Amino acid sequence: MEVIAFSILSAIVLIAAFCVIAARNPVHSVLFLILAFFTSSGLLVLIGAEFLAMLLIVVYVGAVAVLFLFVVMMLDVDFVELKQGFLNYAPFGGVVALVFFAEIALVASAMGASRPETFDASPNAETNVEAIGQVMYTDYLLLFQISGIVLLIAMIGAIVLTLRHRPGVRRQSVEEQTGRKRADAVELKDVRPGQGI
Amino acid sequence: MNELQPVLLNYLPVIIFLVIGLGLCFAFLLVSTILAPSKPDPEKLSAYECGFEAFDDARLKFDVRFYLVAILFIIFDLEVAFLFPWAVSLGTIGVFGFWSMVVFLGVLTVGFIYEWRSGALEWE
Amino acid sequence: MNWDEIFAAATPELYLAFAGLIAVVLGAVLRERFATVSIKAGALILLGACALSLFNIEGGVAFNGLWETDRFTNLAKAVCYFCAGVALLIAEPYLVKERLIRYEYALLVIFASLGMGITLSANDLMTLYLGIETLSLSSYVLAAFNRDSQRSSEAGLKYFVLGALASGLILYGSSLVYGFSGSTNYDAIAQAEFGIGLVFGLVLLITGLAFKVSAAPLHVWTPDVYEGAPTPVVAFFASAPKLASMVVFATILFEAFGNAIDQWQDVILIISGASMLIGAFGALRQTNLKRLFAYSSIGNMGYALIALAAGEDIGGPALLVYMVIYALSQLGIFGVLLSMRRRGGMVEDISELSGLSSTMPWLAVCMTALVFSVAGIPPLGGFFGKLVVFQAGVEAGLWPIVIIGVIASVVSLGYYLRIIMIMWGGDKLAPFENMSGTVGITVSAATILAFPVFTVVIGWMMSLAGGSFSLG
Repeated sequence: MEVIAFSILSAIVLIAAFCVIAARNPVHSVLFLILAFFTSSGLLVLIGAEFLAMLLIVVYVGAVAVLFLFVVMMLDVDFVELKQGFLNYAPFGGVVALVFFAEIALVASAMGASRPETFDASPNAETNVEAIGQVMYTDYLLLFQISGIVLLIAMIGAIVLTLRHRPGVRRQSVEEQTGRKRADAVELKDVRPGQGI
Repeated sequence: MNELQPVLLNYLPVIIFLVIGLGLCFAFLLVSTILAPSKPDPEKLSAYECGFEAFDDARLKFDVRFYLVAILFIIFDLEVAFLFPWAVSLGTIGVFGFWSMVVFLGVLTVGFIYEWRSGALEWE
Repeated sequence: MNWDEIFAAATPELYLAFAGLIAVVLGAVLRERFATVSIKAGALILLGACALSLFNIEGGVAFNGLWETDRFTNLAKAVCYFCAGVALLIAEPYLVKERLIRYEYALLVIFASLGMGITLSANDLMTLYLGIETLSLSSYVLAAFNRDSQRSSEAGLKYFVLGALASGLILYGSSLVYGFSGSTNYDAIAQAEFGIGLVFGLVLLITGLAFKVSAAPLHVWTPDVYEGAPTPVVAFFASAPKLASMVVFATILFEAFGNAIDQWQDVILIISGASMLIGAFGALRQTNLKRLFAYSSIGNMGYALIALAAGEDIGGPALLVYMVIYALSQLGIFGVLLSMRRRGGMVEDISELSGLSSTMPWLAVCMTALVFSVAGIPPLGGFFGKLVVFQAGVEAGLWPIVIIGVIASVVSLGYYLRIIMIMWGGDKLAPFENMSGTVGITVSAATILAFPVFTVVIGWMMSLAGGSFSLG
C-alpha cells in the first residue's frame, strides 16, 4: 500500500517538476510547481513527517507560490524568447545533473553500510509536531532566536529594496479626523438678506 | 502488503476525499465531452461583433508593491509556523519555552514597528 | 539555562543583537533624522563589540554545545567588528554625496556583523548555516543598496541567486554529514567513523564555503558584484566578511574534520592553486579598479587556502595573521577608491589615477604602500603575511602549491606595478575632490599599519595567534 502510494506520488512529482521547466506559459509552470509541492507534501506524510508536510502546504503553496505568480506577472518577460538559449546550456546542465545523480547513488549505496545507531535530538513524543516543539524552544533556543533575526533582516531587506513613496498622495489621517473640533470645521456667519457673504 | 503505519491510517479520510474529489472532476469533464454537441469552427474562436483584435498582450506589469505585501505576508506566515509546535508542546516546555517564544515575537514586533513606521503597510 | 556560561561565551553577539534591535526601533521612530547619526552610532556599536570580544577573549561553550568561542575565534571576531565599524565610518561621505544615506545601511552592516560573529562562534552545522544566512541576507541587500542603479541591482541579484545556490549546497552537505554521523555538532562529527557519505557531505560543504570566500572555481560572481555594488559596500565585503568566512572555513575543517585531513587536503590545494592563478591572470586585463581588486582578492584567498591546507597546528596561526593583514590593507585601498571623485561623480578606471603623485602626493604614497603590501613586496606587512603562509606550506611539505604561489605572486606584480606606474609616471590629471577626514585618516592609518607597524609586530602577531591555537 505504502509502496503504491509512494510510486504514484513520486511519479507525479517528477512529471510536475519536468513540466515546470518545459511549460511554455510561465503561469502554467507555477501551477505545475504547486502540484509538485502538493505531492511532495504527500511524500512527507508517507515518511511520517506530518509537520513538514503541513508547512510545505501552508508556506510554499500558500505564500511562496503566490509570490512566484506575482513575480511572473511583474516581470513581463517574453519567456519563449528567454528559452532560446535553453538548449545551448542543456548539455552542460545534463553533465551537472549526471554528476549529482551519481553522487546520490553512491551515497545511497553507502547508506546501508555505515549508518549511525543514534541521532541527536530524539525526544520522546507522540507526534512529530510535539517532538519539534519539545526541543526547538529550549534545547535549540539559540537557533530559534537567530531565525527571528533572519526574518527581521528579510523584512528590512524587502522594504529597503522595494518601498518607494510617491509624492503628493493624499492619505487618511485618523488622528486628525477624530481630533477635529466643531470650531475648526464649522463657522457660523450671520448672512444678511440680499448681501451674501 | 505491508501493514499500514498507524499515523498513515489517520490520513485515510483525506485519501478518500481526494479520490472522490478527483473522481468527480474527471467524471464531469468526461461526461461533458461525451454528451455535449461539438462542432469546432475557427470563427468561433475569433473576436466577434464589436470586438477588436487584441491591441497588445494581456499580461501587464504589476506594481512592485504587490510583491512587498506578499513577502511581508510570507514572513509573518513563517512566524505562525513557528507558533504551531510551540502551542502543541507548551505543557511540557513550561515557563522557559513560553518566554523563549515571547522573545522571538519581540524581535518580530520590532520588525513590525519598523514596517509600520516606514509606511510599508499603507497603500498609496 | 546557564547565564554565566552564555555571558562568558556570547557577550559580544548578545550585545550586537540588542544594539541592532534598539537601532531598528530608533530608526523606525526617528526616520530621516536618524540617517546620518545612524552611521556613527553603528560604528560605535561595532567598535564596542570589538572591545567586548577582546575583553571576553577566553570565551567558552554555551547553548548546549551549539556555540563555542576561544581565543582564536575571539581574535578573529574583534578584527571583523573593527573592520566593519571602519567600513561603516568611511561609507558616510559617499552615501551623503550619492544621496543614498538611509539608516537601514547601518542596520544591515550591524546585522551582517552579527552574522559573522555567529558563524565564527558556531560549533554546530545548524548554527553555522543560520549565521551564514544572517550574513548573506544582509550582504545581498547591501550589494543592491543603490536600487536606482541598474548595475547595483544586477550585482545584488547575481549575488543573491548564486549565494542561494551555495547556501543550498551547504545545507545539502550538512544533511549528508548529519545522516552519516548522527549529529550536527562539530565534536560529535569528529568522533564519527569517516565513510563515503561523510566525504560527499564534506565536499559539498567545501563547495558552498569556497563560494562564500570567492575561491576559484566558484569565483565568477566576485568581479561583477565588486564592480556593481556601491564602493563602500565593496570596502565592507572585501575586509570583514572575507576574514570571517575564511576563519569559519578553517574552524569547520579543523574542528569537525581535523582527523580526515587526507580527505580534504587535495581538494583545498586544487581550489587554492586555481584561485591564485585565476586571480593573477584575470586581473592583468582589467581596467576597472574595483574589478581588478576583485581578482586580486580571489588570488589572495588562494594564498590563505595554502595555510588552510597545511592543517591546524602549522597553518592556523599563519591563516589568521595573513587574513588580518589582508583585511586591514583592503580597508585602506578601498578608502583610496572612495576618494576618487571628480566633477561630482565617482571614477573607477585605472587611468584616472594618472599623475596622482604630483596632484595628491600623500594619497599616492599611501596607495603605493598599500598596493605593494598586498602584492607582497618586502619590507611591507603583506610580504610577511605571505611569508608565514608559504612557510606553513613548506613545513607541511606542500612544495608544489608554494611554487605555484610564488609564480602567481610574480605574475600579479604585473598589474600591481601598472597601478604604481600610472600613479607616478602618467600625465597629470585634475586632482580629486577634497576627501573627507575619516577616509583620509583610514587610508593613512592602513598605510602606517602596512609599514612599519606590521613589519615590526609580525613576530608578536604570530606568537599571539599561535598561543591562541594551543589554548583553543
